[in-house]
Amino acid sequence: MKRQLLLAINSVMVFACFLGLWQGIIALNHLPPYILPGPMTVAAALRDRFPSLLNSLSITTEEAAGGLAASIVAGVTVSMIFAQWRGLRQLLYPYTILLQTVPIVAIAPLIINWVGAGLFSVTIVTFIISLAPIIANTTQGLVSVDENLVNLFVMHKATPAQVLFKLRLPNALPNLFAGIRISAGISVIGGIMGELFAGSVRVGEGGLGYAITYANNQMETSYLFALVFAATVLGFSFFFIVTFLEWLALRNWHESSLPYLEE
Amino acid sequence: MVTAGAGSIPEIALDGVTKRYRNAAVAVEGISLTVERGEFVTFLGPSGCGKSTLLKLVSGLSPVSEGKVRVNGMTPENARDLVSFIFQDATLLPWRTVEHNVGLGMELEHTARPARRERVAQMLELVGLSHVAKRFPRQLSGGMKMRTSIARALASRPRILLMDEPFAALDEMTRDRLNEELLRLYNEHKWTVLFVTHSVAEAVLLSTRVVILAAHPGRVAHDVKVDLPWPRTAETRESKGFDEQVTRASHLLRGVYQA
Repeated sequence: MKRQLLLAINSVMVFACFLGLWQGIIALNHLPPYILPGPMTVAAALRDRFPSLLNSLSITTEEAAGGLAASIVAGVTVSMIFAQWRGLRQLLYPYTILLQTVPIVAIAPLIINWVGAGLFSVTIVTFIISLAPIIANTTQGLVSVDENLVNLFVMHKATPAQVLFKLRLPNALPNLFAGIRISAGISVIGGIMGELFAGSVRVGEGGLGYAITYANNQMETSYLFALVFAATVLGFSFFFIVTFLEWLALRNWHESSLPYLEE
Repeated sequence: MVTAGAGSIPEIALDGVTKRYRNAAVAVEGISLTVERGEFVTFLGPSGCGKSTLLKLVSGLSPVSEGKVRVNGMTPENARDLVSFIFQDATLLPWRTVEHNVGLGMELEHTARPARRERVAQMLELVGLSHVAKRFPRQLSGGMKMRTSIARALASRPRILLMDEPFAALDEMTRDRLNEELLRLYNEHKWTVLFVTHSVAEAVLLSTRVVILAAHPGRVAHDVKVDLPWPRTAETRESKGFDEQVTRASHLLRGVYQA
């Protein structure tokens, strides 16, 4: 506990040093705020434009969370199908890798063309970008079960459903969480990227991506910085929530969660 | 199913059993062996002699290529109710507590919860683990994990135990103690046991009969009775007969390794 506190204090100090350096560079070079605003200017923009920033933040949160949730449901379902039918897995698994390599920047405009600009199309973009890591990791966890554990279930005449739900799925839980953690970060990126193309979802209102485009066009660089900061906080919050849920689910038995338990 | 005159049906019968793997490697060839009810048979032999394969064949986890395996007159698949398999690793589910690991088999077979709980408590008592019932496997020592595995195997009330080097990963003191506990339980329950080990002393202490296998391909080289009185305990190790039996078995085993 004491060590964690010390670590937290150190992190805050590193951040303070970073802010000081930032302000110092601006003061030394006499940079105007539309090129590089200082931390105080950014803080002021954050304060003045807080309601609209919060509005953009909530729109992006909705899209990223929706897309992520859908990708978890779909990803786990696909992985379970892959785990049950080996032939199907070998046939279709390469396409899930394709899903990962497809340039989302290129297909985002297409999706918006097909579905129409708005919350829904951006959610689809985040869904697509989040899906592959979840399928890849969960499938891995479902199929890499100790052979003798499977034998044990066979000796007890377990049904395929019992093997899936009492053995493979719990075994895959650490992998599933690893996948979600990757996807949580990129779902926010996917949301912002989708918004760059989708524009406003309601009249004059849009997510962080929309607001970033707008601030850039208007040369409101300090607000742009505030938006980038908000996007970073959002991605970090997603990551933090997933890590916490992971700890809740695995703390008793999985090695990855041991340090928490020993405290 | 013929159950009348069960006395005449051997508990386990292997008749000309050959196991070939898909890459054509021969694990065991032409093995014929009969085990009567209540015998404790240990398999010794160099690696590649097919000791573990034999257990897989008797449990039906692996099909025979040629020949016939019968367990109480039935095919191995049909005899699974009679058989419990204990693996070299404890093979516990890490996300389940000790008691839920022990209850796994009954849970899979849909035993009612109260009956399950009662039996789990009995089994934990039997192997001396009642005090760690709520712990997770990673909080247990190697010996405790193996005890949990044994409790789980016994919970389904088997007539036949298949044990594949169950104590190989344990330190010697723990291994000795678990040997003694296994003897105590065997004296009470008189299961039929097929036991695989690399330790001659362990084989002699536990078994009524030692089967020494030769490798490439796996086949029976010697099949000897262990002439030591029952019930056996820790003291058996100190008896004069014990050393003689170990020496004899070691001698036979050495012959197989040199061949």
